[in-house]
Amino acid sequence: MSTTKELANNGVNVEALLGAREALTQTPEAAQFVWRAKNEWVNGTHSRSTVERFFGLGAEQQHKQPYTFDADHPEIFASEDNGATPVELVLSGLASCLTAGIAAVAQNRQIQLRSVTATLEGAMDIQGILGIDGDVRNGFSGITVRYEIDADASPEEIKAVVAQSQKRSAVFDIITNPTNVSVEVG
Amino acid sequence: MRTTTVIIGAGQAGLAMSRCLSERSIDHIVIERGEVANSWKTERWDSLRLLTPNWQSRLPGYGYRGDDPDGFRTMPETIAFLERYARVVAAPVLTHTRVRSVRRAGDGYLVSTSEGDWRCRAVVMATGACNVASVPGVAAAIPPTIATLSPLEYKNPDQLAPGGVLVVGASASGIQIAEEIHRSGRPVTLSVGEHVRVPRSYRGRDIKWWMDRIGVLDERYTEVDSVERVRGVPSLQLIGSDDRRNIDLNGLRERGVEVVGRLAGVAHGKAQFSGSLANLCEMADLKMNRLLDRIDEWAAALLPSAELEPAHRFEPTRVDPAPRLTLDLASGAIRTVVWATGFRPDHSWLDVPVFDRKGRVKHDGGVVEAPGLYLMGLPFLRRRKSSLIDGAADDARDLSAHLAAHLDGRPTKARARQPLSELAGAA
Repeated sequence: MSTTKELANNGVNVEALLGAREALTQTPEAAQFVWRAKNEWVNGTHSRSTVERFFGLGAEQQHKQPYTFDADHPEIFASEDNGATPVELVLSGLASCLTAGIAAVAQNRQIQLRSVTATLEGAMDIQGILGIDGDVRNGFSGITVRYEIDADASPEEIKAVVAQSQKRSAVFDIITNPTNVSVEVG
Repeated sequence: MRTTTVIIGAGQAGLAMSRCLSERSIDHIVIERGEVANSWKTERWDSLRLLTPNWQSRLPGYGYRGDDPDGFRTMPETIAFLERYARVVAAPVLTHTRVRSVRRAGDGYLVSTSEGDWRCRAVVMATGACNVASVPGVAAAIPPTIATLSPLEYKNPDQLAPGGVLVVGASASGIQIAEEIHRSGRPVTLSVGEHVRVPRSYRGRDIKWWMDRIGVLDERYTEVDSVERVRGVPSLQLIGSDDRRNIDLNGLRERGVEVVGRLAGVAHGKAQFSGSLANLCEMADLKMNRLLDRIDEWAAALLPSAELEPAHRFEPTRVDPAPRLTLDLASGAIRTVVWATGFRPDHSWLDVPVFDRKGRVKHDGGVVEAPGLYLMGLPFLRRRKSSLIDGAADDARDLSAHLAAHLDGRPTKARARQPLSELAGAA
């Protein structure tokens, strides 16, 4: 507590984030973001999503470059396996969101991270998606995330960082809480 | 009618302020919509006791003199205590007088009431933090066949239809009400959001004794990293009882209460609970252990010879591996929903432009932007204890000094110039 620590550097600009938080507290309308993705069918169960533009801080924004994500199903589903399954992309999104949060929270708490690895599992009874049993849900019956973290902090402090990351995670919230989804056909 | 200062509300905060103004010979009245201790009389459930021990209700010039300093007052005892205090300090209370509006008038205020208008130079709003039950928007989607009530209306389980009860919220109100309803034989589902777990006693002393001694309750609003955050922290999971028992999710779960996640939505007649329960319980356990660490550090440094029980840690909160995510509200299994989802003050009668975008009165430690207007009794108004009975004294002393300076036309400072505690923000 009383010892002077070397300044932690996890590559997160916490000052900028805290500055943004302060600024957005004064102008809540600028905090309204819209995230977008485009998706195009390729063939079979293979499709390709592109993300590039989004809205935030009161204006149109864009990534440095477009990013694409191929999704398909594995061969045991009689598909060609041209990419990750969509549910694996969900797990990837959850992991990336939590890990980004861990880096930011650790930075804010002056905790130096050395390595952070997450292993995720989403259990699924595919009788749901195959329509075999109407009582089985389509989605995951549960997700487990296991973090291995090497950091300059006590186990309790590391647990608190991971807990705080979940508390502030968009994807964790999206997965654990219901969201209205409206799908239209143009 | 004219007076110098109008205090609105004759609870602990208003009465403490009345006493401080009398000490300064500042002419004032206390306007009360009902009788002294009105909220305690009319808006609390029958079995409720204070969460703080008797010794901890210290008001300016008044404290506990009985033979049970560690006991917890019932509501009739709490009411009697405040009535005695009102008499002892000779508070000029106008009972059964409802405030209709408070407006700027000249360099002061016009307070319109059901019994006539008062002109004054200063107004202290001490109407309480729990006037309105904060019920989430999803309440509108609860099927009309289900009875709903808030802790302001709840009195005892006999009020409820036989059958299942969903209690939403697991802070002090929710966890106590869930336990009591469960004991009445009704199956209870308890929906748990963010909560603060603390043991009733630790190392042989009451948790409130520790929090008082180590200075947690005296932490100032100027010492915390985010005053907005600490003002929103839920109440402690505690109950006051003769056997000083703990109340926590493990105990409720063992006795058969079904513990589920935060109520996130109601769709197609089904309640949907968040899958984040395990994280909220983990956060509460970590936070409790940080408080216990702080207590142990303090005891080691400052109570070396005290006869304390050894340090220990409580069993972590056990959560079902896969808590229920939905509950069919149309099946008839749930007959009642209790919204123990927090409270907010009601300042709807205040006709002065001092509100933030969420409709809350903006203030700096109880000093409202409009000169001569003060707030009391809200969570972490000036200190962590501000909303406790025990918090009224210090806040009333600070704010009465500010108010006196305002009346004298002297420069006023809202902020207490206290050195930052080394422990600030650690809880």
